[in-house]
Amino acid sequence: MRNYIDEFRDSEVISKIVQSLQGYSGPRLKIMEVCGTHTMAISRYGLRSLLPPQIELISGPGCPVCVTSTSYIDSATELADNKNVIITTFGDMMRIPGNNSTLIHKKAQGSNVQMVYSPLNAVELARENPDKEVVFLSVGFETTTPVIALSVSKAKSEGIKNYSVLTANKTMPEAIKTLAGDKELLIDGFLYPGHVSAIIGTDFFNYVAYNMQKPGVVAGFEPLDILYSIKVLIDNITNGKIILENMYSRIVSKEGNVKAQQKMYEVFEPVDSVWRGMGMIPKSGLGLVKNYEMFDTAKKFDIKQKDTPEPKGCLCGEVLKGKKRPLDCKLFKKRCTPENPVGSCMVSSEGTCAAYYKYGG
Amino acid sequence: MEKNMITIAHGSGGTATSKLIEQIFKKHFSNDILSQGDDSARLNLGDARNLVFTTDSFVVTPIFFNGGNIGKLAVCGTVNDLATSGAKPLYLSCGFIIEEGFGMEELERIVEAMSATASECGVKIVTGDTKVVQKGAADKIFINTSGIGIVPDGLNISGRNAMVGDKIIVSGTIGDHGSSIFLERESIGFNADIKSDCAPLSGMVQDILSVVPDVHVLRDPTRGGVATTLNEIALQSNVSILIREDSLPVKREVQGVCELLGMDPLYMANEGKMLCFVSEDKADKVLEALHKNKYGKDARIIGEVTGAGEPKVLLKALSGGNRIISVLAGDQLPRIC
Repeated sequence: MRNYIDEFRDSEVISKIVQSLQGYSGPRLKIMEVCGTHTMAISRYGLRSLLPPQIELISGPGCPVCVTSTSYIDSATELADNKNVIITTFGDMMRIPGNNSTLIHKKAQGSNVQMVYSPLNAVELARENPDKEVVFLSVGFETTTPVIALSVSKAKSEGIKNYSVLTANKTMPEAIKTLAGDKELLIDGFLYPGHVSAIIGTDFFNYVAYNMQKPGVVAGFEPLDILYSIKVLIDNITNGKIILENMYSRIVSKEGNVKAQQKMYEVFEPVDSVWRGMGMIPKSGLGLVKNYEMFDTAKKFDIKQKDTPEPKGCLCGEVLKGKKRPLDCKLFKKRCTPENPVGSCMVSSEGTCAAYYKYGG
Repeated sequence: MEKNMITIAHGSGGTATSKLIEQIFKKHFSNDILSQGDDSARLNLGDARNLVFTTDSFVVTPIFFNGGNIGKLAVCGTVNDLATSGAKPLYLSCGFIIEEGFGMEELERIVEAMSATASECGVKIVTGDTKVVQKGAADKIFINTSGIGIVPDGLNISGRNAMVGDKIIVSGTIGDHGSSIFLERESIGFNADIKSDCAPLSGMVQDILSVVPDVHVLRDPTRGGVATTLNEIALQSNVSILIREDSLPVKREVQGVCELLGMDPLYMANEGKMLCFVSEDKADKVLEALHKNKYGKDARIIGEVTGAGEPKVLLKALSGGNRIISVLAGDQLPRIC
């Protein structure tokens, strides 16, 4: 019986693809893996060491925690001081540094900060604690946003008024557009995230290929998925085929998950959003629609997020854009480590700097 | 940024724990025995030159878990720390810190488990202490156990003894305890039946030493998992280590939980496993001895010591690529997507 894991880790098949990749003798190529989970998988499976020297993999802005602004973390940690608030969050957000504190430190000081695996757990918590406001830190791309939307509509339909979300959700397309149109960014092709594509489909990535002249491949996350997708992308670039290929068709369809999209846009609408390291990108974020604004933490607590500068010396912004590698940053492995991160690319287990730190470049 | 406080990361067994030990405890407790850095201290007491001494505290949540409870763990943990020096464990002390309101029946179940485990490995619990604190001042029950044992003459097992060419053996599947506790602690709705591997290993270690007395290193990879323990040994012995992903024994359920949460079995805690470094020509004998013991039937060679002078741990991934295995920075946190 297929389990869809072992088949994609078959070392014999992998070694054949690696042999073929090693035979590449063309010009230097830069490929951006957009997704943080790809970054981790590339490091975890040691895939960089299997590529010929002319193929450079650059890590893009696809780690949801990494692109969350410091002012958002500041808002969350300030809110954690409120004794009537329970902060609920995905695990990765716990260590991310704001300008003054982290949620881990707030927890150590006695704030009620709880790690959850789904926003639906946060709704349950709100039901069990009617005298507290349960705030969910709503962070993530199209992969996680539908279930957050579901939690909000569930809270509304069940009359739970003490649940709200502090939104910093982001969408991938506008960020990719910004990158693909950046003249300084010499990217020859994109490795697109399978999880996001599973929700939004492949139409947008087709648009980037045909209208912005950047070929791409939608890839899964197993070593064979990634290596074969890189090979396909290199072959296409070499042959002048500026197209999008879907190499993750066992999960990703052209139209994506329509139900998830409908749920997402029933609750959320596009808003301008600040990306850590990339600045403000118009219509690249998601905020609650008017019909659900009673679940908006920022409105409930009158939170105005300020735009704060990057920490001094931190190259996270450049790393996110693929312009610099972690090794180029003077803080990397010195002042900036996973236990004392300066920039958020070191905080998340999917952050580019964390991946380089943990697994080597 | 607020940094001057203890956070959960300081108890994770990773980098934050090491720094705490170096910067606070070793700074003030500095002495030649502590600086050896092993799991138990070898003491020279004149006539009793081969005495080893260790201590450990247990604060696990939940206190009853699939495969054991905090009492069994408190005996296993200290017995296993003694066993890593090749010692035969003899006597334990136990200190209880109990929150008022804790059930007498639960306490008895915990103590019964301690008694049964102590009997299994032939140790006596000879002294103890009990403190009760106000509701909220402790989480149900904390236990400290200290232990002493005797190392047979001529035995020299330490994290400082790894040598180039040594084979590295793990006594069974990795990550079972950490995954089991994780599933019990967090309500993530998985139905995976993962049992903690909590077990006393002194008998298994004696089985190894009866056929190969000159094992170089024994270490039980508890907090921080196999990855962190291998890094500690690499640092203590100043060697490079290579392990192979396709040789790592990992239960499918453990692999599945880790895959879903973006965690790594290499960093998951074990409470009934031993890592053993032994010269290549004796590795098969050690394996044979392990396979005969109920706690070592899944033992296998996972790698070797490849060089000296540069402490690092490398993993040859299934794909054929290499990656560096570093020490865990804090607790592993599940990823966002």
